[in-house]
Amino acid sequence: MVRKEELSGLEGELRALGAQVIRALRGAMRALSRRDLVAAQGVIDGDGGINARRAALEERCIRLLATQQPAASDLRLVTGVMHIATDLERAADHAKGLARITLFIGDEALIKPLVDLPRMARLAAGMLSGALRAFSARDVGAAREVARRDDEVDALHDRIHQELFALMVGRPEVIRQATYLMWASHAVERVADLATNICERVVFVATGAMEELNPVPGEG
Amino acid sequence: MVTKTRPVEVNQRIEAEAPAFRVRNLSFFYGREKVLKGITMDIPRHRVTAIMGPSGCGKSTFLRVLNRLYERIPGAKATGEVWLDGENILDPRLDVVALRRKVGMVFQKPNPFPKSIFDNVAYGPRIHGVRGRRKLSFIVERALRQAALWDEVKDKLKRSAFDLSGGQQQRLCIARALAVEPQVLLMDEPTSALDPAATAKIEELVRTLSQGFTVVIVTHNLQQAARVSHHTAFLLSGELVEYAPTEELFTRPKDPRTEDYLTGRFS
Repeated sequence: MVRKEELSGLEGELRALGAQVIRALRGAMRALSRRDLVAAQGVIDGDGGINARRAALEERCIRLLATQQPAASDLRLVTGVMHIATDLERAADHAKGLARITLFIGDEALIKPLVDLPRMARLAAGMLSGALRAFSARDVGAAREVARRDDEVDALHDRIHQELFALMVGRPEVIRQATYLMWASHAVERVADLATNICERVVFVATGAMEELNPVPGEG
Repeated sequence: MVTKTRPVEVNQRIEAEAPAFRVRNLSFFYGREKVLKGITMDIPRHRVTAIMGPSGCGKSTFLRVLNRLYERIPGAKATGEVWLDGENILDPRLDVVALRRKVGMVFQKPNPFPKSIFDNVAYGPRIHGVRGRRKLSFIVERALRQAALWDEVKDKLKRSAFDLSGGQQQRLCIARALAVEPQVLLMDEPTSALDPAATAKIEELVRTLSQGFTVVIVTHNLQQAARVSHHTAFLLSGELVEYAPTEELFTRPKDPRTEDYLTGRFS
């Protein structure tokens, strides 16, 4: 049996962590688009704070499990918060990866204007915030809808890869930066996957059912 | 008013192996008060089944029906059927002494007899006609080992049972119940008078005992039910609200009343 304010406190802290991660992702993408090395360094420096916040949240969950023995939907909520916090921290790691890529590229001219990548990042950040809203509302329908947007992110990711491959053909001088941009695209694509994981967790917390929202055909 | 039973729904996830008890539409009355309302459930053999629910939900009464311990209470009456080994134990012609040999009971507070440790355990077998020191010694040692007490008392079997700690006394009572080789062990809040260390020993013992016995345990302590039982039944105002594998009931209860009880939103 868990005191209600403990559970709402956990959720509040998760929302705050989520907001911080989304800010980091948007900041990292903006820094790459604008070639703002200072802002990129700021995202990297801020990652420690996100990690600490996630650790504190996990500790709070563990303390609650140990002292208040939640059951049923309370138990699913507490374990859900732990999982989602881990997914958020990993999303923040990808934001940090994006910021590092900005530093690697430095001030050299971009091999192509960045259009799809910022779009992808906006979609991924929107998925994260949508997943967190669905969690707060325990809205299974909204969680499914958010998870479906992953297809759009994947399509952009594929397109970016194809374009970069095409650029690399016969132009060895762009290979280095093209590879960095592929990593960047991969980082954003992973954030969208993590947002999908959060949506799956919303379904579990709300219903008790474990469900894969975007099953890969032929797997599982 | 006829209380609707939901045997299929509540039992569908309980394993198919031949159950120890088949409870069918069991109702129980103290005078005019109906304290159990049409309960239908199978209690699986060689498993721990926990009965939980708020005070006054009928869980202790339910336990007492399973070995007809209510008989001497004036105005107490059970209707329906409770099948054990092909016999309806509610049948007035049933040999109650034989039933209680099959279905032993351990109570909330340890209640050893004012006798030696040995004589406490040998009490039941003696009543059932077992004679001879060697035979009794064998039975006493086996029961004390089953109750995980042998190593602690083997050198002081002649000492008074009251010299034991509360936890040891409770295990002695378990040994006393096991000495007559029952099939079923009923436990009514067996650790509510014990400290956490003694509680942990009893809980471990309960789980071990289920390898050879069917255990039905009534507990107020939700976490104890979650730790020791394979299946949990939730009773509310004499009604069986939900009955499911324990892991399932504690993580995703189907009935909102179970959910409310487990999360303390119960009013």
